[in-house]
Amino acid sequence: MTKQYNFAFFDEASKREIRRAIIKGIAVPGYQVPFASREMPIGRGWGTGGLQITLAIIGKRDVLKVIDQGCDESVNAVNIKKLIHATTDVEITEETKRASIIQSRHRIPEHPLEENQIMVLQVPTPEPLRHFEPREAATRVLHAQADYTGAWLNLFDQIVCFGTTTTGADHPVKVNQRYVMAPSPIPRFDNLKLHQSPNLTLFGAGREKKIYAVPPYTTVEPLDFKDHPFAVEDFRGKQCTICGASGVYLDETVDEESGKTLYRCNDTAFCTQQAALKGLI
Amino acid sequence: MQALVEKQRSQESVFDMSDPKEKTMAHTPIIEECPTLVLQGLSRHFGSCCSYCQDENAQLERNVCPRCGTVHALRNVSLELFPGEIVGIVGESGSGKSTLMQCLYFDQEASSGTLHLQSYDGGLHNAFELSSQERLRVRNTMLGMVYQNPYLGLRMDYSSLSNIAEQMISSGNRLVETMIGRGSSLLDEVNIPERRKTEAPRRFSGGMQQRVQIAKALSNNPPILLLDEVTTGLDLSVQANVLDLILRIRRDFRVSMLVVSHDLGVVRMLADRTLVMLDGQVIESGLTDQILEDPQHAYTQQLVYSLL
Repeated sequence: MTKQYNFAFFDEASKREIRRAIIKGIAVPGYQVPFASREMPIGRGWGTGGLQITLAIIGKRDVLKVIDQGCDESVNAVNIKKLIHATTDVEITEETKRASIIQSRHRIPEHPLEENQIMVLQVPTPEPLRHFEPREAATRVLHAQADYTGAWLNLFDQIVCFGTTTTGADHPVKVNQRYVMAPSPIPRFDNLKLHQSPNLTLFGAGREKKIYAVPPYTTVEPLDFKDHPFAVEDFRGKQCTICGASGVYLDETVDEESGKTLYRCNDTAFCTQQAALKGLI
Repeated sequence: MQALVEKQRSQESVFDMSDPKEKTMAHTPIIEECPTLVLQGLSRHFGSCCSYCQDENAQLERNVCPRCGTVHALRNVSLELFPGEIVGIVGESGSGKSTLMQCLYFDQEASSGTLHLQSYDGGLHNAFELSSQERLRVRNTMLGMVYQNPYLGLRMDYSSLSNIAEQMISSGNRLVETMIGRGSSLLDEVNIPERRKTEAPRRFSGGMQQRVQIAKALSNNPPILLLDEVTTGLDLSVQANVLDLILRIRRDFRVSMLVVSHDLGVVRMLADRTLVMLDGQVIESGLTDQILEDPQHAYTQQLVYSLL
């Protein structure tokens, strides 16, 4: 390949600036570090925050996996993979176990992550108090004073109006007993995977120009009320129609011919692997 | 009998011109004599102040310094509030009534002055010098505020019950059922129908919004309520309801209140004592009847005689 770009698209100074923000984020778990978000060859809102983190930390020996909506082959994931591969020549994989960097938006993979892996999440709205308080200057003061009434009030309002919290994704969590953090639009199901996980998790919001992190083995608690405890999506009694897996995050689909409701693994790489192990494909 | 004692007490505080500290000391045998709130020498100015206007007796053009242009929104305002007492504040618009209320509720920083709250630490420390977290705690547990404009006091997009729960959540309550129960009984108290409790105040009429605000201000049983023009802009029947509610709250919970109004009728009905403000200063104070029947200051006379 003829080299038309510096390794990993960015110049070295840009990578260093982003890495500095990442290190600060790791040092203060859950704190949103502002950074100079760059113009990228993909539009803001399509994963530029995650992409910038990945490009800043990737090395020649890294193995990359990119997922979008739990799938390795969706358009967004494929485009990001193509760009990173074209500018770094790193190996691309779909196998969670083999990847050293995993960039994702909606899911943390079903296969448990390990200490030598880094999870990079793309974040649309990094501020958990934004709905409560629209002014950035004011939310920063609230974070400084650890005044998280607004985050609880949102959940309370949902319980009052609908009888239960309605956060399908992005349920706020308290990190290291200090900062309340928006865990990107991962489903509630994946919130618990952040707690005391052996891997490093990095969050990048390109449009909002913020980077934050959950270091390995950090306490992450979803916000809840004593009489309305946090609960994940319930898939009891359901299993994947393709690989037969249960206890995983399932997508609900309807077979239009028979009208039957079907469930299948949201994590397609996991599903393929399970099916292969059982000799189903 | 109770009323008579109260009346005597308020009379004393009007006519007694000695240092307020000494006075509190003199009355210590009766525990109830302790004021819930003592404000002394509150000033609030916008601008840098020059050597001329730093003198508190300096002549200003209304409330603007003629030399440096500093606006003195409040100049050396002092007042006391006793348990279960309602003190009225009247004055024309721009006289500093709302600034006074907002300083007391920590919405605005006081430039100088001291505030001692009996319910916070027995009135030991100056509440204006507390850290922002402590102030938040005082605000949430000891003060209730009803703003003139309900958009300032309510979160219009959250349900009425959530509005009332906000202060309870802020002071550490994590039980949904108790908060809904408390909110619901407060909304009953102010006559908000059951089926509208989960609705956002944005969709309420002005009178209903004002009543939700009052319920919100009461959520943590504060010993002090600050009411800024609560009845302005409400029609007469709703106004009567709200006034009735305020008197009932005083009777049932023995809450002390500061009531700002430019409607002398409201003040006559509610307030035991009244302060008259002009250009950021208190120009006259005394029993409400006395102020309205026998005004001493030229401005108060004008104000009273302008009453239709």
